[in-house]
Amino acid sequence: MYTRIYVLKFPKQITDQPIICNLVKKYDLEFNILKAAILLQQEGLLVLQLKGYKTNVDQGLAYLRQQGVQVESLASTIRRDDEKCYQCGACTGICPTGALSIHRPDMAVIFDPDRCTGCGLCVTVCPVRAMEVSLNQTVLNSQAGTAIAG
Amino acid sequence: MPPFEVNKTFDEINAKIKAGEAVVVTAEEMVGIVRENGPVAAARKIDVVTTGTFSPMCSSGAFINFGHTNPTLRASKAWLNNVPAYAGLAAVDIYIGATEPAEDDPLNKVFPGGFRYGGGHVIEDLVAGRPVRLKAWGYGTDCYPRRDLEKEITLQDLPYALLCNPRNCYQNYNCAINLSDRTIYTYMGTLRPHGKNATYCSAGELSPLMNDPLYKTIGLGTRIFLGGGIGYITWHGTQHKPGALRADNGTPRRAAGTLMVQGDLKQMSPRWLKGVSMQGYGNTMAVGVGIPIPILNEEMAAYTGVADDEIFTQVVDYAHDYPNGIAHNYGEVSYAQLKSGQIEVNGKMVPTAPLSSVVRAREIAETLKKWITAGDFLIEKPIRTLPSE
Repeated sequence: MYTRIYVLKFPKQITDQPIICNLVKKYDLEFNILKAAILLQQEGLLVLQLKGYKTNVDQGLAYLRQQGVQVESLASTIRRDDEKCYQCGACTGICPTGALSIHRPDMAVIFDPDRCTGCGLCVTVCPVRAMEVSLNQTVLNSQAGTAIAG
Repeated sequence: MPPFEVNKTFDEINAKIKAGEAVVVTAEEMVGIVRENGPVAAARKIDVVTTGTFSPMCSSGAFINFGHTNPTLRASKAWLNNVPAYAGLAAVDIYIGATEPAEDDPLNKVFPGGFRYGGGHVIEDLVAGRPVRLKAWGYGTDCYPRRDLEKEITLQDLPYALLCNPRNCYQNYNCAINLSDRTIYTYMGTLRPHGKNATYCSAGELSPLMNDPLYKTIGLGTRIFLGGGIGYITWHGTQHKPGALRADNGTPRRAAGTLMVQGDLKQMSPRWLKGVSMQGYGNTMAVGVGIPIPILNEEMAAYTGVADDEIFTQVVDYAHDYPNGIAHNYGEVSYAQLKSGQIEVNGKMVPTAPLSSVVRAREIAETLKKWITAGDFLIEKPIRTLPSE
């Protein structure tokens, strides 16, 4: 099984379409909504974990793009500045997915972007602000969108 | 003093360093050497053990003399990149403290505050060679008529800059948890409610004062790695508390000894002096310190052979007990347990996270080892050792 997390941006014209439903029906994909900010007639943003056969995921993503949805892998929106990071490990206590973890016994702090759900908790916890999330946090936080565990 | 089987002097060790014959290992490497050979054989074999630590150390700062101006100014107030510096010294002498936030920082008005820029960041900018905006104001006197000054300074242009940290290198520190029902933001990091996580801040077996727990070779005048350059221990630090509860191996089980250290800021590096923002708490600076320990005898070999599973600290609640000055703990844990990623508190497993970088501590110990092995760095015999009781 292939699992990846994507950031989907919906143009406001299509926020009334049952697009995610089609991902399940047509492409046999499991999904988990990690974050959502979708309001009628406004640009929508969804952080979505997709699980399925890789060919199905690829076809599902192609379908999304066809509908006008902008698709980006979440991992590509999160970055650690290794010049700033001094490998203390403070982030590992707050990271809910284990994307930030300590490698033992050498105690190196590892960042695995593929496990990151883009929650952004590490950004303010990091003493030297080495974590950069380019995902639009203001969209996520300011609108009425709620995080749903799907 | 008991008679030792191995007896080496500072001079003998320095002669070996100069001849390129000294055997130098890190405190991590020494653990295995002592376990395998015993302290007597280890003391014969090893001359110097290097240590290191890299973590936020709040009681840090720098004395800066920014040079006289024409007409002359006696600064009564001064700011560096809008961070207030203490100017109650001679005309153009100031002290910039690591924890001072920028004057226009919103602090905790919107809780928890971000504390993006403070005194530690000013010092990091200076050692990185970046220009810093100096602003000063004086009330004007006959000999110092000028009232205002505003200019860009760089570390290179300053006549004098001394890193002078009144308390660094805490010998041990609490492991922090939060037993309340809300998230708290502390100098020990963000602590989730109901004891969901724990933080700690020591390099454990690599930490300098854990390797000479009773300060037998460390004291006034000891030459050290400081902020990427060379510095010196110039006194015991504030809150130095040698009488803290100790284990049989001499290591303290509570916060104990501290060091005052200083060194020329101009030879330091931004890799080893880093401005820090602790969410909801404030600004500080991460400082790199490394101390070489001469293996004068088997007692020093035994001390430096100490391992994480032989060093303990207490678990303290930072929601109620710490802020109310209540001396209470939720048991003791070893650094081996802390570094394993989870500890047991009140019968529940709690994930741990460090604030002190073991990776960087190791790099400091390795750097110091290289300097000594190359014959560039001699071991200074202290003029007097630190108070040990």
